Amino acid sequence: MSQLHTVSKSPFERTNLQSCLKLATPGSAILLYEDAVIGAMQGTSMADAVAAAAKTFSLHVLGPDLAARGLDAAKVVPGVKVVDYAGFVDLAAEASAVQAWC
Amino acid sequence: MEEEMEAGVVKKFMYVNRKQPYGTVYALEVLEMVLISAAFDQDVHLVFTDDGVLQLKKNMATEGIGMKNFSKTYRALEGYDIEKLYVDQESLDERGLTEDDLLVDVQVVSRAEMAKLMDQMDVVLSA
Amino acid sequence: MKFAVLVNEGPFNHQASDSAYQFVKAALSKGHQIFRVFFYYDGVYNASKLSEPPTDDRNVVANWGKLAEEHKLDLVVCVAAALRRGIKDENLAAGFRISGLGQLIEAGIQADRLVTFGD
Repeated sequence: MSQLHTVSKSPFERTNLQSCLKLATPGSAILLYEDAVIGAMQGTSMADAVAAAAKTFSLHVLGPDLAARGLDAAKVVPGVKVVDYAGFVDLAAEASAVQAWC
Repeated sequence: MEEEMEAGVVKKFMYVNRKQPYGTVYALEVLEMVLISAAFDQDVHLVFTDDGVLQLKKNMATEGIGMKNFSKTYRALEGYDIEKLYVDQESLDERGLTEDDLLVDVQVVSRAEMAKLMDQMDVVLSA
Repeated sequence: MKFAVLVNEGPFNHQASDSAYQFVKAALSKGHQIFRVFFYYDGVYNASKLSEPPTDDRNVVANWGKLAEEHKLDLVVCVAAALRRGIKDENLAAGFRISGLGQLIEAGIQADRLVTFGD
């Protein structure tokens, strides 16, 4: 069982996602929510790094936060799974511990 | 609560410090959490990564900004049996610092080693 | 499963408290237990009964209080963080109580998972 890492701040404003990707162990789950959801979208300057990360980690993004920001859940980077709050709860329950990168 | 403490559940707690002191209150309020968890006899680990390495910088002089210099508290942690302090080499390198710049003894580890350590924790509190 | 939740940011400036609220509601509706919600750092402002958002906006403070009442949640505000920021029993919203940081550590020990919102 590995950890769930949560990231809530935009990678274009803060480096939390970048730090998380450096310090999460391969196979861990990562959830992008709140302002971090922009990091899950195709076509951003982060997209290649996120696509690569999706091969190492189990990457998720919170659907309600995408929708709130007018971001299309169908246009997330391939390999990133869209979850709702219930899915967030499941990810936390399945993890050994939850680490917030804020 | 006292009885539960005596029941002897010991979990691996980790405090992940990623911010500088003074610019925000996090470093100070994390220390307050750390000291309380010592009273609960938990297996406490402190990690300093990213800008958090600056919390351990020697020679802080805060008179000019009118704030309390709380860096002495890190030196006192030993007295609370909190001796597992980790810093990652990459974060030091990025900021032009070396182990000699730090005011307490720490274990300098690679990011990969730090990642492995984090993964073994039961409770992670980060700021 | 027993969850503990830590809220580290105040209401409105940041989404953290709203996210925590949605998480707690989802966890409860899945049949999980919420051992405690602890408010630290600026998170203590979530417990100010002086908060009066415009009526067409959500009322973060009151929503926590209502959820606590419905589900017998233990909403704990850190005393040291609260005193620093002017939150006291006199202006504490319904559903919250003020106590020590030990309540957070205890939650970390007793709950199966501690989930943190905000920095």
